[in-house]
Amino acid sequence: MPGKEIYMDNNATTPLHPEVKKAMIDAMGIFGNPSSLHAPGRRARQLTEEVREKVASFIGASPDEVMFAGSGSEANNTVLSVLTCQTKGCESNPNGIAEIITTTIEHPCVLETSRCLHEQGVNVLYLDVDQYGKIDIEQLKHLVTERTGLVSVMMANNEIGTIQDIRTIAEVVRERGALFHTDAVQAVGKIPVNVEELNVDYLTLSGHKLYGPKGIAALYVRKGVPFCPLIRGGHQERGRRAGTENTLGIVGLGKAIEVRSQEMEAEEKRLLALKAALKRGIEENIPDVQFIGHPTDCLPGTLNVSFDGAEGEAIILYLDLEGIAVSTGSACASGSLDPSHVILATGLPAECAHGSIRISLGRENTMEEVEYMIDTLPRVIGKIRDMSTAYKRRQQ
Amino acid sequence: MTETNWAYTDAVKEHFMNPKNILTDEESYQEDGKGVTGNVKCGDEMIVAIKVDKEKGIITDCKWKTFGCASAIASTSVLSEMVKGMKLDDAYNLSAKDINRELGGLPEHKVHCSVLGDKALRIAINDYYMRNGMEDKVQREEERIVCKCMNITDQEIEHAVLDGARTFYDLQEMSKVGTGCGECKEEVTQLLEAYKAKHFCEV
Repeated sequence: MPGKEIYMDNNATTPLHPEVKKAMIDAMGIFGNPSSLHAPGRRARQLTEEVREKVASFIGASPDEVMFAGSGSEANNTVLSVLTCQTKGCESNPNGIAEIITTTIEHPCVLETSRCLHEQGVNVLYLDVDQYGKIDIEQLKHLVTERTGLVSVMMANNEIGTIQDIRTIAEVVRERGALFHTDAVQAVGKIPVNVEELNVDYLTLSGHKLYGPKGIAALYVRKGVPFCPLIRGGHQERGRRAGTENTLGIVGLGKAIEVRSQEMEAEEKRLLALKAALKRGIEENIPDVQFIGHPTDCLPGTLNVSFDGAEGEAIILYLDLEGIAVSTGSACASGSLDPSHVILATGLPAECAHGSIRISLGRENTMEEVEYMIDTLPRVIGKIRDMSTAYKRRQQ
Repeated sequence: MTETNWAYTDAVKEHFMNPKNILTDEESYQEDGKGVTGNVKCGDEMIVAIKVDKEKGIITDCKWKTFGCASAIASTSVLSEMVKGMKLDDAYNLSAKDINRELGGLPEHKVHCSVLGDKALRIAINDYYMRNGMEDKVQREEERIVCKCMNITDQEIEHAVLDGARTFYDLQEMSKVGTGCGECKEEVTQLLEAYKAKHFCEV
């Protein structure tokens, strides 16, 4: 399949769905400020409110519980930062939340914010994960106390795809009187997500992970739970987020959600079949590999695999030269020198993280592409292992 | 496929795609000196083996293996070509900057990956001297404590620079150097500039 680019990095971001692209092009002429009272403003307002309804209905919320934000990171920052606001008398933190609980495998936008909060005097506790990346409900029960204000656990992990049992987690948290947030950026649009069934207080979703545009996300805020804005100074989003609405982004998100609600179920099955073929192909053609993540409770298109003795950055760059785009948990690719915190959290050794790649399939991937990958990967791994100091030694 | 914004130069790409002088026959390769450095846990490891014309003191062959990223692969590949026919002394004094120049420059955050090859080469050259009763020629890269309060050596400062430290404050963050009495600040700053020049400037 030379000459064609094969994109298998859909957890990083997804290409726009053609229908989303069309809807956005059609909406290019809508320039009015949704806050304006006149006709151009009203036209823009109508579009944003229609999308709010679509998003709400997709996740089982009511429209006034859906707030738009500029990114999943912003939405996650909003929940963590405002609820732990230390300003005296701040209505977002009426009970004086001084303790939050999260996990060791969250996205950096949660981990970094938590670290910052810790510096500001908030007590931060971290839930461990097992070898598959699942948190331990018993540990959760033990850690959540009357001191706990907020618990934030991601629904599906971006690197290894492991899906947490959010419903059970939320039940434990809410039983103990704390608020519960889930970062569902990787889950919404890939698997069914319903805020009522999950019983969560806050939930984050993002446009560009579900074939929508970048720069638009949504935060579900259950009616009646504490809130105050991270970005102040405007009445937009019912005073919850200042800033003129990203109308085009919102239109794109709306169309993406609409298309997802039609395509997701069939897509899930198709991706599971592609992933099974890919996994089998790797197992049959490459020795000494290890799959990382939960065998069943995993996003349908996500496959994380580690190759003994092969360094991840080298793998992705050789694959890139073959026209295949994937990502890695190797330190060398991140620029930070630290290997994936997620893989280390599962208890696997650092060399396993250094040698891992994440393949994340999406709606545009075909069986033909999976076969090309199965054809290409053994050559690439073989080439790297031939020059590896770490491979033969482990074989002995 | 259009290949836009490849993060590495054409020379890096060429050596990455077609690495030269890989030590595929480690057991049967009769090297005159061998050096191993790094470790797999930290994400990179390197073996360099050399053959030497003992009469002339010239490296005649150089082979290598690595568990490393594209930068480590490309920089060691180019190094193995550069040192063939080179006097031992000259090869010993090659720095990551010389290799970098040959490669047309690496992205700054990848330079630390490229120092493994020349480090292993120096160990291999010393190994050659040891094997041939020339202990007097062996050059040791001695560590010296610079910050007495925190027990920080010059090598630790060099590593911190390779890992991205650019200011005295960065170094303090990364190694705690100079966070005690602060007396070493001037010397640490001089070392910082020297290591920055050694590894990063003029590339």
